[in-house]
Order: sequence, then C-alpha cells, then structure tokens
Amino acid sequence: MNVWQFMLQNHTEMLELTLEHLWLAGISTLLASLIGIPLGILISRLPALSRPVLGTASVIQTIPSLALFGFLLPAPWIGQRADRLAILALTLYALLPLIRNTYTGIRGVDRAIVEAGRGMGMTDRELLWQVELPLALEVIIAGVRVAAVLSVGLATIAAAIGAGGLGEYIFRGLAMVNNSVILAGAIPAAALALLADGALGWLQKRLAPR
Amino acid sequence: MAISCKLNKKQEFSDGKLFQPGDGSAARILKMSDADGKTPVIEFRDVGLCLANGNELIHRLSLEIRAGETLVLLGRSGSGKTTTLKLINRLLTPTAGELRVHGRSTREWDVIRLRRAMGYVIQEVGLFPHFTVARNISVVPHLEHWPAGKIGQRVGELLQLVGLDPQLASRYPRELSGGQRQRVGVARALAADPPILLMDEPFGALDPITRAELQREFQQLQSRLGKTIVFVTHDLREALLLATRIALMDAGQLATILTPQEFRNSPQPLVRAYMQAFDPESIAATKRGNL
Repeated sequence: MNVWQFMLQNHTEMLELTLEHLWLAGISTLLASLIGIPLGILISRLPALSRPVLGTASVIQTIPSLALFGFLLPAPWIGQRADRLAILALTLYALLPLIRNTYTGIRGVDRAIVEAGRGMGMTDRELLWQVELPLALEVIIAGVRVAAVLSVGLATIAAAIGAGGLGEYIFRGLAMVNNSVILAGAIPAAALALLADGALGWLQKRLAPR
Repeated sequence: MAISCKLNKKQEFSDGKLFQPGDGSAARILKMSDADGKTPVIEFRDVGLCLANGNELIHRLSLEIRAGETLVLLGRSGSGKTTTLKLINRLLTPTAGELRVHGRSTREWDVIRLRRAMGYVIQEVGLFPHFTVARNISVVPHLEHWPAGKIGQRVGELLQLVGLDPQLASRYPRELSGGQRQRVGVARALAADPPILLMDEPFGALDPITRAELQREFQQLQSRLGKTIVFVTHDLREALLLATRIALMDAGQLATILTPQEFRNSPQPLVRAYMQAFDPESIAATKRGNL
C-alpha cells in the first residue's frame, strides 16, 4: 500500500490528527507570543536583564525535546494530561525567537528617531507604542513566524507522550517499519509548516512600516 | 573618579561671578547683556557635564540666551555644540552648575512639560517613517490630546507656513525630497507654537542650493515669528547669515560669543582660523600654492 492509498483510506483519522497538530502548535505559539513579546519589551527597557533572560531561553532551547517532556512530567497540573505537557514544552521552545526578535527589533529602531521622539516630549510609554513597537513590528512578526514553524515541526514529537498530532503516524510507521505510514504523518506536517510560514510571511509584509 | 572633572573644583572662583576664564570679550558681552535688563530665556551658569567614565564633555559653560534672538552654537565636530543643545531639553542633565529655562532650573521642570515647551529639529532622519506628513507634523498636538478638528486646521496652517503643498499631507517621509523633509521637520517643531526652538544642524544634509533657499526662508520665518532659537551648525556662512549672536565652542568650552559683525573683525586666533577656513580668497590662495 503506498502513501496516497493509506491517506485516502484513513482520511477521517488523518484530518483529526492534523487538527490536533494545528491546535498544539497554534496554542503554544500564541502562549509563547503572549509571554515572549512582553518579556522582549521588558528587557529592552532594563538592559541588565537581557543577558539572563536571553541566556535562560537559549538554554531551554538546547534541552532535547524528549528530555524536556520527561522533566515536565512530575509538574502538578501540567503532568496530568499529555496535551498540557506538550503545549508547555512547545511554548518554552518557542520563547527564544520571540524574546530575541522583540528585543532586537526595538533596539534596532534608529536612535535618531527615538531621540527625536524623546526630545519632543514623548513619555516612555508613548515612545514605545507610537514609535518603537510600530517600527519593530516587522522583526517581531518574523519572530512569530520562526516560532510557529518551529512549533509545527516539534509538535510531531508530542505524539511520543501520547499528546496526539501527526506524530502519531510517524511513530506508528517507525514501529511498523512502514514508510507509507511515516510519510502520511510527515508530508502533512511539512505542509502545515510551509502554510504557517507563508501566512505569517504575508502578514509580515502587510504590517511592514512604510 | 574623573581626573578632568576633579580639576574643575580647583578652578572654582570664590566670588561666584559669571566669568569666562581667559576670555575678556565673552565676559564683556555678558556684562552688556546684564546691562540691557532683558531677562534671559535660557541661562547656563557654570554648567559642566561629566560622563561616568570621567570624560568631560562640557566645562564651566556660562551663557545667556535672550528672548527672540537666534543664538548660533558654532564649532567643529566634538566641540560640544549638540551636547549643549541636549542639555537645554534635558536629553542630558548637567553634572555641575545650573541651567535655567524661563527662570527655572531644568532639574525642577517636569521633563515632559519642558520638552513640549520647545520645538526640536534635527537632521532629516528625525521624521517618523511610519507616519504621514500630517501625522508627523501633529506629533506634539496629538500627545497633548488636541481635538481632531483643531489638529487638522493647524496642520494646514503649518504646511502653508513652511511653503509645502497641502496635498503632501498624506505622503510618507520617504516619498519627499530632502528639502521637503526638512520643511516638515520645521513645521513639526512649530506645531504647538513653542516659544523656544532648538535646531541641530537642520540644513546640514541638504544640497547647497536647497540649503540656501531654506536658510532664506528660515530668516523670513524667524522675523515673522520672533521665536528664541538655539541653532547648532559647523558652517560659518550659515552662522553669519542667521545668527543674532554666535557662540564659538571649542573642546567643550565657550571660546567666545560675538555678533556676526564682531566675528568678522575679531582678532582672536580661533575666530581668525574659522574666518580663514571659510574665506574664498584664502582657499584660492592655498590651491595656487599647491600648483
């Protein structure tokens, strides 16, 4: 049985797994954005914090994903359900590109423009909302894009702890030594990653400062 | 900490008078300004600025800027002109002495109020690239929460004042020429009608013809509006054209302060050096010498 036949036969299950996959990756990208972007803004204001915060996010990034699932397993509410565990792990992985791009984006705004705003009597908050964030937006969206693609890719591993998603097929195929089953997970996962990249790329262009 | 900063204290004068060490003419001008009884709008009293690393950027600067005059800060790169300007709107805070604006120390001012009470013009890079011309001009009115109708009306007035086509209001800065951008910069500084304008080499990045045009218009504008202006430049010709008085800065200190007329005839070596560097005849003579 080739890949296409397998996909056709199991299309209901495949759709379910794809939606599950999208949910895992989407919710963790959203959570990581809600945490990472404010954190990036914070360290652009308090440069003393930038090293420890970016350092911690980088260290998290180096932990192998399977090991991270293991570490998080004993956590009280989180460890009870596999999808919670997977979302937490994916969120932690997605933090680095978000924090770093927000920080770099804000720091990268032309100093002369920032100084002009300050010299005209903008408060720190006005400067942030009216000048720095709009001008850094493209770089921040680029960070969301990296985080989203990363999450879609990593979410396949979540199947290892029973959180579902297209990783199910990949692990099942590995166990059955059946390439068709592996590909039935891998091809849609890759397509999802490309789709997320394309959609956010389009958004990035739309929101680019003129 | 700083060696150069410690030196200052030894030079402290016991009588506390405003006095420029080693410079008779500056002291004379200052006395004259006392005599005519005008209260200065901006007043530097022995202002010093030391960085944390001990570098001294400004040394014992005493200077009075009077209502309605255009004071040009002239000097070579690194002489402290821009630093002096940034002390006035407290982008930098003096580490010694006192700086008064409208009779009040800049330390006592609410810094946001202080800055909104002055227009600030920098080289064309200072326009917000993501704002239209109209939004750029109305930055301060927006910060002050003016009603929309009043803002729209003011933008129209200002575009006319600086000689820009009202149709440009909806354009973005990158769609304008350098001269147009600089006009927008001036309009933006004038938006909330502040009594003081701080201008940091506003025409520096323009081609000579556009620059001459803007300088001429600026002169007319100034005679109409009567703002108190502090103008930074390294261009002597610009200084002689626009200044009521020229404050010549050198290595973080005020070297001398003269009217353009006095400046042309001054025997002081530093002033002579400046006049010679910009004198077309001496430039021509140097070229002949090289041949």
